[in-house]
Parts: sequence; structure tokens; C-alpha cells
Amino acid sequence: MKWTKNLRTYIPPDFAVIRDDERCIRCKACVEQCSFDATFYDEEKDKVWNWESNCVGCGRCAAICPTEAITVAQRESPYRNHSNWKYQYVRGIKKRSILGGTPIVSMGADKDYPIYWDHMLLNASQVTNPSIDPLREPMELKTFLGRKPDFIKNERGKLDIKIPPQLELDVPIMFSAMSYGALSYNVIESLGRAAQNLGIYYNSGEGGLNKDHYKFKGNVIVQVASGRFGVNKDYLDVGSAVEIKIGQGAKPGIGGHLPGEKVSETISETRMMPKGSDALSPAPHHDVYSIEDLRQLIYALKEATEYTKPIIVKIAAVHNVASIVSGIARAGADIISIDGFKGGTGASPQIIRDNVGIPIEFALAAADDRLRQEGIRHQVSIIAGGGIKSSMDVVKAIALGADAVYIGTSALVAIGCTLCQQCHTGKCAWGIATQDPHLSKRVNPDIATERLENLINTWSLEIKETMGAMGINSIESLKGNRLNLRGINLSEQELDILGILPAGA
Amino acid sequence: MKVVKIHEDYCVYCHLCEAACITEHSESKDIIKAFKYEEKPIARCETVFNYPLSLSVMCRHCDDHPCVTACQNGSMHVDERGYVIVNEDTCVGCWMCIMSCPYGVIKRDTRREKWGLSTKCDLCPDREIPACVEACPNGALTFEEL
Repeated sequence: MKWTKNLRTYIPPDFAVIRDDERCIRCKACVEQCSFDATFYDEEKDKVWNWESNCVGCGRCAAICPTEAITVAQRESPYRNHSNWKYQYVRGIKKRSILGGTPIVSMGADKDYPIYWDHMLLNASQVTNPSIDPLREPMELKTFLGRKPDFIKNERGKLDIKIPPQLELDVPIMFSAMSYGALSYNVIESLGRAAQNLGIYYNSGEGGLNKDHYKFKGNVIVQVASGRFGVNKDYLDVGSAVEIKIGQGAKPGIGGHLPGEKVSETISETRMMPKGSDALSPAPHHDVYSIEDLRQLIYALKEATEYTKPIIVKIAAVHNVASIVSGIARAGADIISIDGFKGGTGASPQIIRDNVGIPIEFALAAADDRLRQEGIRHQVSIIAGGGIKSSMDVVKAIALGADAVYIGTSALVAIGCTLCQQCHTGKCAWGIATQDPHLSKRVNPDIATERLENLINTWSLEIKETMGAMGINSIESLKGNRLNLRGINLSEQELDILGILPAGA
Repeated sequence: MKVVKIHEDYCVYCHLCEAACITEHSESKDIIKAFKYEEKPIARCETVFNYPLSLSVMCRHCDDHPCVTACQNGSMHVDERGYVIVNEDTCVGCWMCIMSCPYGVIKRDTRREKWGLSTKCDLCPDREIPACVEACPNGALTFEEL
């Protein structure tokens, strides 16, 4: 390793790697694990050094070190503190002026926006109605997504009506769209296996479905995005539902770009494009410029799948979300997925990720309200995504009006992700967002599947516990049940949009 | 007979198997003392790397055990568990076992007083699961029935 520091290109490091030399046994585990060239070993001096400018703070070295000799610490601002010129702004200018480009980042928005889930409190039964113990009494988390009939006809106890295709979920949680290309093969394998064992669905993302993963038929939702990568008859057949991706919470209005280096042999086969070429998804679908166009695409897909699968339309939460959702429902979608602005991404310009879109809490409440007002809420199911970080967020989302939720980042964190925001570099030290065959070995699907199952099973239990406390024994009774929510530290206007009462009212 | 199975698809080349092996075969069985304050034993497993492949190799305890056949005085022998073990007291250091081992997993230790001569994986007789298997962070080594 050569020490190459030059004032002309100097951006102060964000992290300090503190080594306790007394504990370091020179086993070189950290040296091999660092995929960002921030750790190196000097044979001559028998010493491990860090090049902190390269450190991204992923914590892999500290996690692997057998003697806990390493601490990775976030550095404070290297300059004099200024309440107006916060370091993040100074750094933003320095980066742009030195590197001459706009920074590309990944994961969800990391700016300090309020988290509205944490401003909502749940109810519990006291005296006037009994609470339920989920360990003693049955508690139903099963839910069905899809268009529900306008009325029910009952002929001698039997339903005399054709129910449109539905997605059956054992738990109202699904793994959101993350493509093979953004994520490594082993991660997709783990998501698929976990979805299969849990009776839920994972979403293939826009990158098509590898032939190996056709075995997950029955537990996979396939996506049709603006790039149309890997879309064909077999692909649509494998999916239990087809999702049209219009937008993504982390980058509404922006297309995708998988760099050519990540397009390996298997990716090129899956995406049906030449090896090594950039995979560019256009910002809009070039055949969808209006609700009427969307209706054509929805029905084209319904025809292609012979009306046996629900069609999902995924949009980013933006300012006019309520009217857009109403339009999508009228265009014939069976399920609408709304992705809040805190949702993750494999790569997005920082300015878009941090500034565009609205929180899922408001988008969800507004969309649910509008559909109810127009009397078409039963025609579509709503999936909320983008910023679901705990089981209580799931409960609150369902009480606000969602039918189910999508989790993406939470699932990756369960597998090992530490939110270092380097997905776009393809060098993920945890083997998650990479196509490097050596790095992607770091995810063992057996271990990752178990972790995902543990997470969802624990969340289910937690959801049942809180439902029991509220005196509810079926998730269906919690849907849109905003009386079980109370707001805290929210303005009147915020409460009004969320459609909930303040605490104490 | 249980042996260590190698799953090279999950080896992350972290060397923790080596560190665990050294610790287990040290005097104090304390990782920091073993590496820094005592005479360090040789690791009996070795991680090898050839991008993108990496794996940890240690004695395979072969059925046909060429090292046992090559040993001139019976120091290298098969014990009652069925594992190939070297008797460090009688080993004379002719290194014929090293010459004959098809995996190159027998190590040469010349610190006779303390460590014996031919040094190889003994599957940690004091433990239920060998130290390397327990230390592997990604399930690349498992202790299973053959």
C-alpha cells in the first residue's frame, strides 16, 4: 500500500479506525475482509495499518476481529463548528468541486427527517373490552391481497361469486423488489427460501429471474420495470403476481443504472442483455405517459397471464399520491404498492435520494382516505413500503390503512447489512450488494435464510402480542382501524392528514 | 466417523480457523497470550486463496492414509477413533509423511522440546467440535459424519 495523500484531492476521512495494538494478534482477518482497501499489513514492520480515507464505516473488520482490537468511530467535523454551515454541506461542496460530479449514494435518505411512526402510539384494552393472550388463543395474521368483489352472493352457505385472483400471505410482510444484479445470487437465494418457508412472497426486482430461482414459483412476485429486463412468458408464469414498477421511493422520477462491470455472465443471461454492457432503465416507461396508457399495460399483462394473477402497480410516494393512486385503481390494478421516500436503493444521486418524495405515513393515509371517499378501496389492496424498521411500524402501517408491507432494508440488515451506503460501488464487504464472486461468498444462504425467518417469526409474535393487547384477534380487524392510533408531538395539520386523534383525545 | 467438511463456496478467507487452531493447541488456550506471550504453535489448518476460490485445508484423515504407510517407525498411526494421529514423542523427523501427503497438510515443526516434529490436525481431542469449525463465521467448515 502506498500512502498517497495530496492536498488538491483531500476530503477528510469520515471514520477513524482505532486499533488496540496490545490486543492485535496480526491474524490478518481484517486485512482480508476489507474490500475497500482501507486496511493493509506491513510484512516488514509486522503491523496492520489503516488508510482511513478509504474507510466506509461498514464495520466488517471490527465484527470479524477475534480479539476486539478494532473500533471504527465516526469522526466529528474536522473544521470549526458552524450551526449554519453544517459539515455535511461543506463536505457536499468540497466533494462536488474536487471530483467534478454529483455524488451517487445508496440505501435510503440519511437526512434527519422526522420518523412519523415514532409519533404514533397504539391502544390497549382496559376494563371495557378484554385483551387477548396470543399464546393461549388463536390469532390470525393471514391476509389476502387483490381486488375484492363489489358484493357477496351467498347461496345456501356457499359463495356464489367468482373471486378475482388473490395473493395469500401468512404474515402481512413481504420482501420488496431488490434485483439480482443489485444483490448477489446468494442473497436472492436466501430471500426466496425464506419466503417459501414463511408463506410470503419476495419480489424479483427489475432484473429478471435467474433460471435457478424458478424453483421459488408460488412465492415470487415478478417485476416489469421501464427497462423490461428479462421479461418473457416463462418469467410472467413463474410469478404469483406481476408488479409494474413506475417509481421507487429512494429515487422517484429517476431510472436505474447497473454499471457494466456488474453485468456478469449470469446477470447478462438473466437480464437478456450483452455481458459487460450497462443496464439502463429509462426514467419513465416509454409506453406509459398517462393513466390510459397504464391501463393498456395492465391489461396487456393480464392477457399475457390469462387473468390468473393480480397486477401490482408500484409508485413512489410523491405529492399528489392520492389522486395518482385513485387513477391507478381505475386503470385496473389489483394491488397498489406505495414506496415512501425513506426506501432504499442500490444507487441513486444523493440529491434525489435525500430531497424527493414524501414520507410513507402521509402517503398511505392520504391514499387510503381518497380511495375510501371514492368508494373504490375494495378494488385495490395497498402495500406500504419504504422505512418499515420494526414490527410496530408494520402494526401502525396496517392500522393506517395498508393491507401488507414491503421490507427491503430491514431484510438486508437481518442478513448482515450495516447501512454503510456503498451498494453502488459493488464492493459490499458483507457480500450482499456485490457481484464479485469472492465477496458474495460472504453470505451463506443457510445462515441468511434462518436469520430472515427468525426476524419475520419474531415480528409476527410481536404483532400478535400488540393485537392481543388491543383486543383484536385478526389482522383484518386492524386494517384501517385508525382509532387504535394516537398522535404525539404532531401538529393539527399532520394529525388531520394522518386521520388520527392526538394522544388524550 | 465425524470429520471436518470443507465448503469452499462459503469460505471468506478470514484466517479465523488458523487463529482458533493456534489458540487451541497453545499452552494457555488464550488467544492473546498464545499469539503474543507464549511460543506460538503452528496452525494445523491452512487457508489458501486463488481468486475467487478460497478454502481452509487440514488433514483429511484419509482411509488409505499414505502418511501412515510411509512412516518408518509407526509414529503416524490410526487411533481408536479412526483418525490419523502422530505420536510426537517417537517421531524422528524424517518427513516422509510430508512427502507422501497428497494434500500437503502435515506441517514441519522443528521445536522438538516443546512441540514434537510432524504436526498435523488432531481434530481437537479435548473438544466436542474442533476449534476451527466453531470459529468459522460463515459455516464454511462443518463437523459431520462422513
